[in-house]
Amino acid sequence: MNNITPRAATVEKIVGRAVPRPNARRLVEGRGTYVDDVELPRMVHVAYLRSPHAHARILRIDAAAALDMPGVVAIVDGRQLAEICAPFVGALSHLAGMRSPPQHAMAVDRACWQGEAVVAVVAQTRAQAEDAMQAVEVTWEVLPAVTRMDTALDPGTPVIHPELGDNLCFHREVDSGGVDDAFATADVVVEETYDFGRHTGVTLEPRSVLADYNPAERRLTVHHSHQAPHMMGDLYARLMGIPEADVRVLCKDVGGSFGIKVHAYADDFATVALSVLLGRPVKFVADRLESFVTDIHAREHRVKARLALTRDGRFLAFDIADLTGIGPYSMYPRTSAVEGNQVINLCGGPYDHPHYRATLDVVFQNKVQTSQYRGVGHPIACAVTEGIVDLAAATLGMDPLELRRRNLMADDSFPRKGASGILLESLSHQRCLARLEQMVDFPALRREQAELRAKGIHRGIGIAVLIELTNPGAAFYGTGGARIASQDGATVRLDPTGIVHCASGVGEQGQGTETIFAQIVADEVGVPMDRVRVLTGDTAATPYGGGTWASRGAGIGGEAVLQASRQLRANLLEFAAVHLGLPVERLRIAGGSVIDTAEGVALMDLAELGSLAHFRPDLLPAGFQPELVVTRHYAQRDYPFIFTNGIQVSHVEVDVETGVVTLLKHWVVEDCGRVLNPLLVDEQIRGAVVQGLGGVLFEECLYDENGVMRNGSMADYLVPMAGEMPDIEVAHVETPTRSSELGAKGAGEAGTAGAPAAVMNAINDALRPFAVRLTAQPITPEKILHALHPHLTG
Amino acid sequence: MTDRILVNITVNGMVYERWIEPRLHLGDFLREELGLKGTHLGCEHGVCGACTVVVDDEIVRSCLTLAVQADGAMVETIEGKSESGAIRDLQDAFLERNALQCGFCTAGLLLTADALLQAEPEADRARIREHISGNYCRCTGYHAVVDAIEAVGECRRAGARGAQP
Ligand code: FES
Ligand code: FES
Repeated sequence: MNNITPRAATVEKIVGRAVPRPNARRLVEGRGTYVDDVELPRMVHVAYLRSPHAHARILRIDAAAALDMPGVVAIVDGRQLAEICAPFVGALSHLAGMRSPPQHAMAVDRACWQGEAVVAVVAQTRAQAEDAMQAVEVTWEVLPAVTRMDTALDPGTPVIHPELGDNLCFHREVDSGGVDDAFATADVVVEETYDFGRHTGVTLEPRSVLADYNPAERRLTVHHSHQAPHMMGDLYARLMGIPEADVRVLCKDVGGSFGIKVHAYADDFATVALSVLLGRPVKFVADRLESFVTDIHAREHRVKARLALTRDGRFLAFDIADLTGIGPYSMYPRTSAVEGNQVINLCGGPYDHPHYRATLDVVFQNKVQTSQYRGVGHPIACAVTEGIVDLAAATLGMDPLELRRRNLMADDSFPRKGASGILLESLSHQRCLARLEQMVDFPALRREQAELRAKGIHRGIGIAVLIELTNPGAAFYGTGGARIASQDGATVRLDPTGIVHCASGVGEQGQGTETIFAQIVADEVGVPMDRVRVLTGDTAATPYGGGTWASRGAGIGGEAVLQASRQLRANLLEFAAVHLGLPVERLRIAGGSVIDTAEGVALMDLAELGSLAHFRPDLLPAGFQPELVVTRHYAQRDYPFIFTNGIQVSHVEVDVETGVVTLLKHWVVEDCGRVLNPLLVDEQIRGAVVQGLGGVLFEECLYDENGVMRNGSMADYLVPMAGEMPDIEVAHVETPTRSSELGAKGAGEAGTAGAPAAVMNAINDALRPFAVRLTAQPITPEKILHALHPHLTG
Repeated sequence: MTDRILVNITVNGMVYERWIEPRLHLGDFLREELGLKGTHLGCEHGVCGACTVVVDDEIVRSCLTLAVQADGAMVETIEGKSESGAIRDLQDAFLERNALQCGFCTAGLLLTADALLQAEPEADRARIREHISGNYCRCTGYHAVVDAIEAVGECRRAGARGAQP
């Protein structure tokens, strides 16, 4: 006792520092536990026979021959599963008028997209299940497929769900008023149409679920590669009629998620239902080919945009019309309308303009379901907005940076509303722009561009400003009736050994969530980080919460950790004060010890406090019970969302002979509020940028006219590889949110949101001498050549 | 199914004798027969590189290699490389630089990077990017991965120089 700790008074905060992830060591040593690594006694494997047709009636299923094959345990169709798992409807009540028909765990009577599961073959090994699947015969009556979204609502187009009357899922209009007048009186009007190809997440670990229903206990345990374990527990309970208290969902290591793994897939319900049916563990791991036709797709949009301006470049009005196709069912429970809804909320978002009108049509198709994928609607809204702003700059003959500067919302104008009605707490567009100009030598790039152009080398510079929705409150799902938690909880506790444990409802998919939680605990309780242990991804052991989506992990989950940690520290100080007989104001905790601030000495280690409480309560005053476990919850209730903002620049070279685009460099300035760990956030941003670069240059789910996906393999579906990616420079501006004490906003999606716009603008900037504009993503070499040489390519 | 075949494979220094189906690929053999779950399968069609292992000192895609082809061979996986400490420097650099997020690609990337640095310790960023372009990482922006490999290359070169008399 009474060690002199001279530096105790100035213990450095760990939050804000570039701390590496302690839990990543197991991953670099190949000791992670992904779902497919888990093996349970009596476990069997399921392979799903999937519809080869986009739309077809199931006339007959003949599994007699398959049932006798080696290892086969059961062969089950959609009707049988429907007796165990209730159907589900992907609609939210606050999206007024939204409709979607009931969907089953496996197709009943009719398959509505190529890839929909029709028969489940369960066997001792996956290979045996696949072997037997070959012997299952399905007789189909092929029905006409609705594939194009632009004709989906035409009277001549077949209606996918006759009971709905047409193929419309959702329609919404936003209108601030005055838009027609603004366009009629504007000096300049520009308009353009933007097309976005469908793409998908391609998490490196495919979707995986291991369902283990134990009939003796009537308990269900599901090992899941998922982002929202509590949400899944609730759904399994309700759809299968198992008390939620008897459902446990475990998400250990998750091999990439990006929103792809936040949804409840029909396959998940089917696998769990099979486990209930068979009373034994059933494992389903999607293979890559089936991932392409069952993982959600996203971003199939056609957006018409108009912008009205004054001659000196003031924005007067935006007019937007978004059409998007979502597959045959709206995804449950988050719905497939949210993406388009975001698009019309966010277009024009960074700018100060008085008038805004937008319409959205969400239509059904016989293709894979679409839904939320990283950035949800942001990349589209950003590309449309920044594309049309660049077109306006070109039309006015104005520098694109200058045009943006003139119209960005001023940093001192917050809090305020955007023209679409969104509430914005505090953004930093002007500071981000200034920071960007320090990073990027625009005059030098422009000089180089001019010099090289004279030599036939075409380089372009593209800018994208964006806003990003993070830290959602109940406005996202709760008010629409979906049981998706907008709060999150954290429990922290002190052990007899002085170790502080933290359990959180927000999990880890590699972002480093557990590390930042440990940093927060360390700072707020006052212990070194190596004395903190974090547990996530287990609904039986963590407080109820929403999990990872909409960049809420740090902002919502982190705040709960902060509040719980502060209270634990207060409890520990009170305990120490009672035990030591000193006034509590004189004490603080730092470096894992209780410090006497008057003397500047460490009085006792937290391990001593812990042991005292647990083993020697006889030494404590009568009636005093130290509380060593604290739980706190946090829900962001000040705003529907806490918006963040950022700006990106892409520098590219376009080979006009081959159409190949080379990414030279990418710069990002991002305001994610308080930066908790720059090491983690920077690579998070870069990873997001690379996903955005994939979307704008390579990635597209291609379909033939019958609704069959043409490139459902990694060999055919292109994703960014290291060789074609640029170095990505990241800088931060910090505007902490005042809605929490932690001050953190999300950082996971802005990269994906801004990169497509920046690259599209850079390509069009490079091609200015040719007077062509590319507005259909992905911008492939073929499209570039087609634009440059229409006479050659026809 | 086709008759099983007896194979003898040395994995991470241990000799295994197993009767296996000829169609079983090496990735499934390692994971399912031997329980070595550190090798990951991302695509099973030879594109993503997640399943990379070392067979007789060459990196191969274990999903494109039949286990029977490895009969008589020496196979090393991430587990063996970790336990021997052979790639400790790369593992440390990946951690320090946060060159992994979900970690699903990481074993494959580490073994691929090690093969490059053994052959070309002087590889520059462009060469590193080119070499790891068969390994697909969906989480990182590759930037940190390149940084980490570059840093280890420098260290190994300095170490090699330092070791010279
Ligand atoms: S799993 Fe072997 S290359 Fe993808
Ligand atoms: S770290 Fe997730 S795929 Fe590379």
